[in-house]
Amino acid sequence: MSLKSFPKPSELPVPAGAEGWEKIYPYYLVFQDKLKEQEDAKFWFCDSQHWPTVYKPFETIGGEFAVKCLGQYNARHLMIPNANGIEFRVHLGYLYMSPIPVPEDQIAARVPLFEQRVGHYFQNWDQLLKQWHVKVKGTIDEMETISFPKLPDMVPMEDILSGKGKDGSEKLLESYDRLIQLAYQNWQYHFEFLNLGYIAYLDFFNFCKQVFPNIPDQSIATMVQGVDMELFRPDDELKQLAKLAVELQLQGHFGNTDDVDATLGAIAAAPGGERWMAQYEGAKDPWFNFTVGNGFYGHDKYWNEHQEIPLGYIADYIRRVDEGQEIMRPVEALIAERDRIIEEYRELLEGENQALFDAKRGLAATAYPYVENHNFYIEHWTMGVFWRKIRELSRMMHAEGFWTRPDDLLYLGRNEVRDALFDLVTGWGVGAKPIGPDFWPEEIERRRGIVDALKTARPAPALNTPPESITEPFTRMLWGITTEQVQQWLGAGEAVEGGGLRGMAASPGVVEGLARVVTDADQLSEVQQGEILVATVTAPSWGPIFGKIKATVTDIGGMMSHAAIVCREYGLPAVTGTGSASTTIKTGQRLRVDGTKGTVQILDALVPEAGEPELLAAGPGAHSHSHSHV
Amino acid sequence: MHSNEYVQFFDGGVEPKLENLGGKGASLVTMTAAGMPVPPGFVVTTAQFDAFMEEAGITRHIHQLLAGLDPEDMGQVDKVSAAIREDICSRPVPQVLRELTITAYEALMSRFDAPVPVAVRSSATAEDLPDASFAGQQDTYLWLDGVKAVTEHIRQCWASLFTSRAIIYRLKNNIPNEGLSMAVVVQKMVNARVSGVAITMDPTNGDRSKITIDSSYGVGEMVVSGQVTPDNIMLDKVTLAVISEHLGDKHAELVPDAAAGRLVEREVDAERRGRRSLTDAELSAVAQMAKRAEKHYKCPQDIEWALDTDLPDGENLLLLQSRPETVHSSKPATHTAPQPVVSGGYFSGFSAGTLKPSV
Repeated sequence: MSLKSFPKPSELPVPAGAEGWEKIYPYYLVFQDKLKEQEDAKFWFCDSQHWPTVYKPFETIGGEFAVKCLGQYNARHLMIPNANGIEFRVHLGYLYMSPIPVPEDQIAARVPLFEQRVGHYFQNWDQLLKQWHVKVKGTIDEMETISFPKLPDMVPMEDILSGKGKDGSEKLLESYDRLIQLAYQNWQYHFEFLNLGYIAYLDFFNFCKQVFPNIPDQSIATMVQGVDMELFRPDDELKQLAKLAVELQLQGHFGNTDDVDATLGAIAAAPGGERWMAQYEGAKDPWFNFTVGNGFYGHDKYWNEHQEIPLGYIADYIRRVDEGQEIMRPVEALIAERDRIIEEYRELLEGENQALFDAKRGLAATAYPYVENHNFYIEHWTMGVFWRKIRELSRMMHAEGFWTRPDDLLYLGRNEVRDALFDLVTGWGVGAKPIGPDFWPEEIERRRGIVDALKTARPAPALNTPPESITEPFTRMLWGITTEQVQQWLGAGEAVEGGGLRGMAASPGVVEGLARVVTDADQLSEVQQGEILVATVTAPSWGPIFGKIKATVTDIGGMMSHAAIVCREYGLPAVTGTGSASTTIKTGQRLRVDGTKGTVQILDALVPEAGEPELLAAGPGAHSHSHSHV
Repeated sequence: MHSNEYVQFFDGGVEPKLENLGGKGASLVTMTAAGMPVPPGFVVTTAQFDAFMEEAGITRHIHQLLAGLDPEDMGQVDKVSAAIREDICSRPVPQVLRELTITAYEALMSRFDAPVPVAVRSSATAEDLPDASFAGQQDTYLWLDGVKAVTEHIRQCWASLFTSRAIIYRLKNNIPNEGLSMAVVVQKMVNARVSGVAITMDPTNGDRSKITIDSSYGVGEMVVSGQVTPDNIMLDKVTLAVISEHLGDKHAELVPDAAAGRLVEREVDAERRGRRSLTDAELSAVAQMAKRAEKHYKCPQDIEWALDTDLPDGENLLLLQSRPETVHSSKPATHTAPQPVVSGGYFSGFSAGTLKPSV
């Protein structure tokens, strides 16, 4: 039997206008003609969970740092016996990944190394994690000190008097390099505990699968998941602010939250407003270092720079409190249900297995909360500061005439930015005009055209021939790339009754409702009470939306994707990793979402007209299977 | 509905005692109290049997007939057995006791929109008869309509204490005839819309974190005997999430024809075949009941269940039988026969055409 395959990279059509796209990314990020044979022999899956939109050249920094640092902890720090890191390439603007196994004959030798290294961390967990917080916060603090002021007209007199002997351009170059290094540093720290969290989880996961064959992944996740976690803290702060506003009878001042200054000014002047403002300011630092995206794109909006976003959420919570709704998450009920589940599984075991269950679950419950909580410190806080500084630099160079729009720096690769900076300081230093203003605007327009053209196509879910079974645990758990999922993408999976989509049963429950397709955080304001959110991927900072919706359906993501975690926390059904929900489902269609089985039915699907293709075919869809002549 | 010394309802809230209710009757009361919904009914207690015998004044005569019987002399045993049973069945039941039974029967019927058929079964105390399942099969009278048929068959159950086999068993085991007694169970006949079995484990590998359910239309006989391919669903025991489900063909169903007093087989139409025979809520209810049975008996159970047409949604799921699961867990050398704890096998008592019209 010949295996069904995904398209080869070379078989994917290049959207019109995107010709030459390879050259806007570094050479090492794109598939190479000379390596075609080796690269086509590997299975690559698209990580549209973290990178749902086409990269502008500068934005590859997040993917590069994240996936490189993930890999180093498998392959160089912890010496995980059966898994090295993950190779990655950018193809047609999207990130594709290929996990690297450890050769069979090397696995045994890594076991003692692995045990020694992992053992140290697990034995000193609390102290090392405390140290981690200090390191990460130190990085962020240093990042905050960096700035990119305009170069002066002349060296200040005091530098002459002190005999400094430098013109200050070195500071600009150093600041840029240091900003990049600090981002790299926190991405290394990011994975110091993340892989360990997954290891502890997977150890328990595998044990459960052994003693309870076919136990739903959802049950295992529930048994180790924290219920009250830092990831939900920003949202909780908004809820508290809403409740306080109701208590102080300040509701009337939230009529036009888009005008931040007027809103805050009116509250401050109102009776009781001082108290509310004090709580608001307290919440901002650090909890408003929170993006509506996922921290990986330069266009992400952060709450502290766009306070109309949190104020809008607060206004919505106020309305719901006034309507008598309960806005706080059902934390106690969730804890009680989790404890019941743990106890019932535990009671099914006897003797040694029960002791192993306790030990492994205990370790996972200690280590796993990091997986959920780190996100605030890196993706939100670190990257929030990082992008703010990058925008500051971009605006400074925009003012120097390097580009026509303030944020156009994103169309340069990060090493090209260094060249442009040297160009700037050279021109400035010698008293001439830099070359950039005559070079970059045209080149950026060309690249903008390419990026826009690439955006017209969705990525293929995967490339080349999948292995017969997918066992690599990280891939399976974080990205939801399972053998069954891959078969489903290939259209070979079990059909869903009545037509529809199949994905991961990420959070239990069954509901029916109207779909709201959201492909960009800016569309979140369109979401109406009681709708079903359908998205490429969700970000945890969409928190306030989860209080409004009935269920979530995503294109990509596993049991431990953000959508899955948040929906379990909010007690909403979720089906993740459907592959194509956001392109198959239309806003307004009536859906039945079964988060226990992992199915989504479209109840009022349009009947395709004769001769037209089936509208509801599951799987990657039309974007990836047509062949082209590249 | 009130229980008294002579009649005890399953849900009457009286502490079950084996010597009053017999094994079967005590089990039904215990299960009802433990939230395992058996078909509703009542027990005619051993006290009523004792009072009947006392009133009839035949105990001494029976003892005389039985004294000195040779268990090997089958002809003589049969003769004595027939005489005693004839004697019991021909004696009138004292009016007071008869009134109590009639009142209980009418109270049971008042739970339904229209009168429903009942089953009448003997419920012996453990040492009086060879074994419970044997007795249960022998002395089960199904599809009885009306109070006359019910009281008639209660006396037949009493008389079954003196079958040839029972007499020989007691003789061989030196069980004295003094103090012999018999309770009788009167229970609603199940009018199954959907029925099946549930095992509180994965029988293929002994995984105790699963519940396996077979489900098909009508009475469960066709599922038990393998005449239809039922829907097969595996659930996680803790969260009740569906792990796997396979829709069976379910081409036929056995449904009671109350007028004819028997089960008739009929074809299931394509629409009903094509969907699962249980809704999500029903599936979950079956699984929860199986869990309760396992918790109650403290070992994996193999239950028979049915959804009863005569009962309202939410109260229509009935537990017909629960027994220790033995397919996976028992080794051939130590094989133990399934021990019926409820009814001696509703399904095994049913098959098309074997039921006789009620009196």
